[in-house]
Amino acid sequence: MDAILAQLLNGLDKGGAYALIALGLTLVFGTLGVVNFAHGALFMLGAFCAVSFRYLITLETVTVDPTQTTAWGTALEVRTPLAQTWFGDWGGVLIDWSVPLSILLAIPVMLVIGIVMERGLIKHFYKRPHAEQILVTFGLAIVLQEIVKAIFGPNPISQAMPTALRGAADVGALIGLAPGALTYPLWRLVYFLFSAGVIAAVFGFLRFTTFGMVVRAGMADRETVGLLGINIDRRFTIMFGLAAVVAGLAGVMYTPLLPPNYHQGMDFLVLSFVVVVVGGMGSLPGAVAAGFLLGILQSFASMNQIKSLLPGIDQIIIYLTAVVILLVRPRGLFGRRGMMEN
Amino acid sequence: MTNSGNFSRRGVLKGGLAGILATGVSPLIFTRGAYAQEFCNAPTGDTVTIGFNMPLTGAYADEGADEQRAYELAVEHLNGGGDGGLIPFFSSKTLKGTGILGKKVVGVTGDDQTKADAARDSARRMIERDGAVMITGGSSSSVAIAVQGLCQEKGVIFMAALTHSNDTTGKDKKRYGFRHFFNAYQSGIALGPVLGEAYGKERVAYHLTADYTWGWTQEESMKNATEALGWKTLEPVRTPVGAGDFSQYLTPVLNSGADVLILNHYGFDMVNSLTQAVQFGMKDKQANGKQFEIVVPLVSDLMAKGAGAAMKGIYGTSNWDWQLPDDASKAFTKSFGAKFGQPPSQAAHTSYVQALLYADACERAGTFYPPEVIKALEGFEFDGMGNGPTSYRAEDHQCFKEVYVVKGKETPSNPFDLLEVVATASKESVTYDPAIFGGELGPDTAVAC
Repeated sequence: MDAILAQLLNGLDKGGAYALIALGLTLVFGTLGVVNFAHGALFMLGAFCAVSFRYLITLETVTVDPTQTTAWGTALEVRTPLAQTWFGDWGGVLIDWSVPLSILLAIPVMLVIGIVMERGLIKHFYKRPHAEQILVTFGLAIVLQEIVKAIFGPNPISQAMPTALRGAADVGALIGLAPGALTYPLWRLVYFLFSAGVIAAVFGFLRFTTFGMVVRAGMADRETVGLLGINIDRRFTIMFGLAAVVAGLAGVMYTPLLPPNYHQGMDFLVLSFVVVVVGGMGSLPGAVAAGFLLGILQSFASMNQIKSLLPGIDQIIIYLTAVVILLVRPRGLFGRRGMMEN
Repeated sequence: MTNSGNFSRRGVLKGGLAGILATGVSPLIFTRGAYAQEFCNAPTGDTVTIGFNMPLTGAYADEGADEQRAYELAVEHLNGGGDGGLIPFFSSKTLKGTGILGKKVVGVTGDDQTKADAARDSARRMIERDGAVMITGGSSSSVAIAVQGLCQEKGVIFMAALTHSNDTTGKDKKRYGFRHFFNAYQSGIALGPVLGEAYGKERVAYHLTADYTWGWTQEESMKNATEALGWKTLEPVRTPVGAGDFSQYLTPVLNSGADVLILNHYGFDMVNSLTQAVQFGMKDKQANGKQFEIVVPLVSDLMAKGAGAAMKGIYGTSNWDWQLPDDASKAFTKSFGAKFGQPPSQAAHTSYVQALLYADACERAGTFYPPEVIKALEGFEFDGMGNGPTSYRAEDHQCFKEVYVVKGKETPSNPFDLLEVVATASKESVTYDPAIFGGELGPDTAVAC
């Protein structure tokens, strides 16, 4: 029982990341009708916002301490972060919390990147076939990852989580199990809550604001909304920016779990498309539900009891699910009738 | 009158020369000259080209970057630059800083991407396009096995760098492949007694294993070593190389009944899996009434740096450590540190040593002709490279020398002071019968390109 609960938690935590990425992808497809293969790159760019923020906040002065020498005979270099020099202990706190704080940098940066991407390139492909949209966005993804590789290098760059959020929480004790029976890393719980919060905020924004209402109307019937004198294109551009922000935030908060590298976007891209296909192309609730469902399935498929029955199932479960969904219900779990069925 | 006209002076000279050559008593100078025509990439000008094939991207890229630094240093020292590094300490005194056999050493570099197919392509390019007479480097056993297979076909010597699978010099050994690095079997022999002493005889181990040749042989070696102590082993779990997020594999460990987690991972994979295991609270956990422990059988300074505080108190084994107290290790650390501002890793050390061993073998053989260089390396006994007296066993091309048990340092005195050597397994204790891993070296036939 404890083992099943632990895997369930793991599935929710993984599913949170999948859902956040798939949510942005679906927002773009639902509003603009564009299949955006550069969406994984936006996740990666978000992660590198965290890396950049940390670089900035840990800029340091280097002084030479002649009283100490290294094993190879040179004087020891003492490095002091400027943040610590300027703000004392608070500087240390800022560095410690650099990952959550980098959200403040990621939101405007990702919004601008999203809007520039849509206005500068993607809008020219609205009326072109999906195959061309895929080619151009895939090409864009490669360009973006090569730029990041040129600036930050090819290797992963570790990002520390705040000291207060390291270690594991005794989740079992909270739900009446024996102490220590079910522990789970604190940051992963934070990630799950964060992703749930962002998803709720996106749904709330679309549901309870006038802007969101117009966007939803535009998603249902773009032409009619346009005929009412509403500049739906501008709103859809902002939605593209919003989708970039959602992907970027998912990337920022994921950095302590997996050191970011330039190729990270591609790793998540395929996965997020599978999530969207399973959930239903263009369906926001479908993307979220499928994200969590696939996260949980992947987690359970990694259990020894399952793997001993079906060796290698942990590697293929997600794709197997997509194959079954495409065969049995091509429009996905929550897809509109007719979507991908004709 | 006799028909003496049939025996002209020119005819006698021609016939005599042919007879001398045919009977195999020709002077050595003739056969030495002939080698240049008979093997792949025989150096003809005043330079000799070596191919450095290592992972500059991928899960083991940190090791690759350090190997690249080591080769740069080795080329400098072989050509007479710098302080000579390990050359003055090397028991063989053939290297004079004049290149190899009087030819200046130049290197070409390739990124093997930590992938066997990419590594073969890269090595092939260096052999066919760049004229490399020897290939060295690498940080993965699947890569090493793939490249040494290619080198055997091409008749080009391969001096493997960081490869720890028993198979490299076991079932997949090749006449043209040589390994200075130790292997998983030797890790098990060295680490077993230390684990028994530290954690007791009644333990239940859970293995997470990188799913390729190195992971499998390390898992088997550690299983054999720990079960000999009395430990039990649960069903091991195989993980893909470069998995990144290991949480789905770590979650089942918590309620498995195990009290030791053995991570058969290397490079960034090990950094990720160890860090994530610590995030899961495994260093603070109690299981079966004992403190839960994590073991990383193969560890390096680079990985310890990547894992940071998570590495503290964790046991593993190393081929070499920059803090070893012998004069050769100190000299190499000084030479490397002065040039690059950081101490060398075990990957850098084994790469540097392999480059020097090849150069020395050519000097002793008096030729670059691979069959002769192979003979010079087989059974070669040497010292002064930082691991004590060492021998290259002729039967499997595996080096035998001391193996070091290391532990993540609890209170580092500087940013590089990450591991401490807590035990040394003697050369004799880690020597085994080559028959246990099988394999055939194959022929040493030279091949023209």
